[in-house]
Amino acid sequence: QQIQEDMNKQLLDSLVSFLSRSHSDFREKTTEWTCEMKFREIPTAALVLGVNVTDHALTFRGLSDVLQDNITPYVALLEAKDCPGIKNLMQKLMGQLMSCDVDVDSLEDEDGVQVSQNRIRCSMASLISWYESVTKKTDSETPSKKRNSSSRHWQSPPVVVIFKDMESFTTKVLQDFIVISSQHIHELPLVLIFGIATSPMIIHRLLPHSVSSLLCIELFQSLSCKEHLSTIIDKLLLTSQFPFKLGGKVLQVLINIFLYHDFSVQNFVKGFQLCIVEHFYSQPLSVLCCHLADIKKRAYSLSHDQCENIRRLPSFRRYVEKQESGKQIELLTNDSFLKEETEKLLEDIHVYHENYVSILRCLHVFTSSLPKYPLGKQIRELHCACLENRVWETEEYESCLQLARMLNKTDLVTMLQQCVEILMSSSGKKFDKTVGKLKGFLTQFQDLEAEASQERDVSISSQKELQRKTDLYHLQKTLLELKESRRSKKLTKFEMLRFEVVDYIDRLVRKYLVPADDRTLHEIVYFNAAAVLRGHLNAAPRTALHTALNNPHWYLRNQALKCDGGGISNKAPDICIVYKLHLECGRLINLVDWLEAFSTVVMAAEEPNADAASSDHVDDIIHARFIRAVSELELLGFIKPSKQKTDHVARLTWGGC
Amino acid sequence: MPNLRHPAYPAADLLRLESLVPCRESQVSTLLSIFGERQQFSFPSIFIYGHTSSGKTYVLQTLLTTLQLPHVFVNCVEYFTSRLLLEEILLQLQSCSGAEQTSPVHCDTLNDFVRLFKQAVASQELQDQTLYIVLDRAEQLREMEANILPGFLRLQELTDRNVTVVLLSEIVWELFRPNIGCFEPFTMYFPDYSIGHLQKILSKNHPPECSADFYAAYINILLGVFYMVCRDLKELRHLAALNFAKYCEPVVKGEANERDTRKLWKNIEPHLKKAMQTVYLREISSSQWERLQQDGGEPGQLKGLSAHSHVELPYYSKFLLIAAYLASYNPVRTDKRFFLKHHGKIRKTNFMKKHEKTSNHLLGPKPFPLDRLLAILYSIVDNRVAPTANIFSQITSLVTLQLLSMVGQNDQLDGPRYKCAVSLDFIRAIAR
Repeated sequence: QQIQEDMNKQLLDSLVSFLSRSHSDFREKTTEWTCEMKFREIPTAALVLGVNVTDHALTFRGLSDVLQDNITPYVALLEAKDCPGIKNLMQKLMGQLMSCDVDVDSLEDEDGVQVSQNRIRCSMASLISWYESVTKKTDSETPSKKRNSSSRHWQSPPVVVIFKDMESFTTKVLQDFIVISSQHIHELPLVLIFGIATSPMIIHRLLPHSVSSLLCIELFQSLSCKEHLSTIIDKLLLTSQFPFKLGGKVLQVLINIFLYHDFSVQNFVKGFQLCIVEHFYSQPLSVLCCHLADIKKRAYSLSHDQCENIRRLPSFRRYVEKQESGKQIELLTNDSFLKEETEKLLEDIHVYHENYVSILRCLHVFTSSLPKYPLGKQIRELHCACLENRVWETEEYESCLQLARMLNKTDLVTMLQQCVEILMSSSGKKFDKTVGKLKGFLTQFQDLEAEASQERDVSISSQKELQRKTDLYHLQKTLLELKESRRSKKLTKFEMLRFEVVDYIDRLVRKYLVPADDRTLHEIVYFNAAAVLRGHLNAAPRTALHTALNNPHWYLRNQALKCDGGGISNKAPDICIVYKLHLECGRLINLVDWLEAFSTVVMAAEEPNADAASSDHVDDIIHARFIRAVSELELLGFIKPSKQKTDHVARLTWGGC
Repeated sequence: MPNLRHPAYPAADLLRLESLVPCRESQVSTLLSIFGERQQFSFPSIFIYGHTSSGKTYVLQTLLTTLQLPHVFVNCVEYFTSRLLLEEILLQLQSCSGAEQTSPVHCDTLNDFVRLFKQAVASQELQDQTLYIVLDRAEQLREMEANILPGFLRLQELTDRNVTVVLLSEIVWELFRPNIGCFEPFTMYFPDYSIGHLQKILSKNHPPECSADFYAAYINILLGVFYMVCRDLKELRHLAALNFAKYCEPVVKGEANERDTRKLWKNIEPHLKKAMQTVYLREISSSQWERLQQDGGEPGQLKGLSAHSHVELPYYSKFLLIAAYLASYNPVRTDKRFFLKHHGKIRKTNFMKKHEKTSNHLLGPKPFPLDRLLAILYSIVDNRVAPTANIFSQITSLVTLQLLSMVGQNDQLDGPRYKCAVSLDFIRAIAR
């Protein structure tokens, strides 16, 4: 669907902006570096990217694109798996450099490149000669033509070599490459970029001092992936632009995978896309999940079956039950009336989203600054909580309000101001009243400040009075009075107002942050099949295999195979029987005993009375079946032949591992 | 001080040579006497060794170029295969004889090389002069084909030409000797520069705008700080150039004059100490250091490389790594005690664990099978963990990050074994 493409584009945009943010300073640095060559050091950037390795490919692609656009046409990306030795590294490097040269000045020297591809002497000397020829050509031969294409590059553009995964390179290769290139740094302006996933200490671990002293390393830290995720969630989920929404549980699954498993934004986005596909595939009414402008058209083109589908939605049924009887009949029988009603409901949902997002942000402003973060620090946690159930019924929300009632004035005022800004920036017109109300609160606070100064005078005077009195009894009495009065006074002024503000916020929350499940027709827009998603994304091969072997009915759907209790059915496939028997054994399994048990199980059904006759003799066919099943198990990796004991096999798996 | 004297070469050249190679006069004169006159056959191969930056390459290069002896200079690290090395020698040979066009040569084996070498020498006017082939970082030769090193050692005999091979290396000849035996080269040792030598050499290249004495005083101070940790001439020169601007600062401002060494010393000393902690260890780069000097700011704001040692890991990866660490450093027999009875005596077991670890740490990590890792993981994670594909893929990604390492990669399927490759500090940081 085109929505998905939209989504991709948006994601790429955000990634690119993220990249340019993190690398803009880097680009400035490169210009400085080239001036500074006198010490024979290779300028090097150590780029710490975090452990989400899967995201790196995209980051590096973006980086090299940016570099190619702005600084130099000569960028080479090297990966550890391509470079087991220095020879391969040089080959790869030269291949990439020469081909990017072809990209820049399209077809002039194609023949030259073709020759070099075949049997090039992969050494630094040839690289340098190539570089010299290329740069010379750039600034002498066709200056006018080059101006337009590479005017942004300067006279001798540096050659940038990016090592994608520093950790996996072998030490020797890196050392040799650095030593070689440091010898030629004057002829070949080389800039290295190390992509580091763990910590920069790895440089010291990989390179001895004699080598690292040849480098001039500067460190750049990319944005942490958690922050990256929050921006993505912010851009994708917390906007009303995209009609498609994730249900609370689904979002929870995705975030859990992210936090518990891989920290990979890439995978998160993939999961999100999978949700979209799954939703549009499994929900027949997802045609209606579109932008507001299209709803009318699509609602009118609904067929009768689709209308029936709508009527079958549980949320719609709930809605119908609440209506009066005449309308109920109308809704259930008249298609066109239903269509109009649907359209109205969908528009309602859309409006609800708009309100929801802005109020959510407001609430987040309040909760994120409270001590201990009862509702979570990040907006995504708050979002999940709100989607899941009625947020105002939870204990956390209660404690939040309690804490909010204890906020001091400056914090409260700044928060209110932030809320006003958020509401102002949101598109909805309905917030005018809310904004007015909040502004009213603000002015009241300001008034209060003026009053407070007066009040202070009063209290000072009363304190003076207090000093005058010397009688102990009187002193005590006045102190008590003072305390009393102070409490009541505060309650009347500032605290009252604070209660009012908190109550107002509470009312807003109750009004707008209704969980989506309560909305009519939420099934169209929300994707809620968390179990399906988990099955897709968090695959458990071991468990699946165990289920298949232990309970063949699950996959084969054969009633005869359904077994109850822990017994071993003889109708199951041979491999299942063998597997179940092997579960009962220890680390080493005696093949003869195993065969014995197997034949007992198989024979039990076939000829229950014949086993007395041939108890010690095992049928050849059964023997063959057993051997086949065992070798199948070996293929699946459950057992392996053992050399410790003859006629024994070793068991390889235990329970969950 | 022995002056260089040799009948074959003009005295002016020798004098220039002497000024160019300070503190290496005795070695140069030995070399000259071995080389003899231009047309005389010399020793077939010479092996020169000495510690890093003791001037081997520099001395040889200056000697050969100043006296205009025909020579070929090759770095064995750069030409990493024998083919590249041999071809490069032939190429340089063509160009040093003055031939304009250098045609690409193909030379795969030493046999070809000898043939082509003969041709190359015969075609040029080199017959009456000794040709020198200098192989820098010759220790790389040991990793090439077995016949390369012995072949070079007796190249004179093989080609029957007037040629001398000079090998430069940082390690001693005994480590080179192949087990099949070979021609023994003439070995020569370049000793380390003493502090006096370093002082003399560093003071030699003073910037033109200030007097030699002034610079010498600066070098004196610099060596006083750095000589304890670093004797590498290159590194010292680098540091000298970096910090000189700071040293000159009071003079430029007019606060002190050039003779006022005490004042200057007070000014520069803390600065140099700081440099020792940062620039020398490459914690911050030299360009950052220079910028810092210009701004006059504190280096505290610039965090070094090791300051960023914290690593963010996903939730389960952390536990996997901790489990791997426990599996690596605890013996198998204690597993039952630590992980089975989980309720109750946790404090006590923890204490015992620590006690035992101290001895195991000296032995280094031990390999453990995958099952054990997972079993420990299940027992240290509070809630239930499903053995999903994600968990398994995390183990491999930890291996690629070099936090774990795989031991014995013979068979992936039957029970891969791992080792934990991180330190206790790292685990402590993660476990927090």
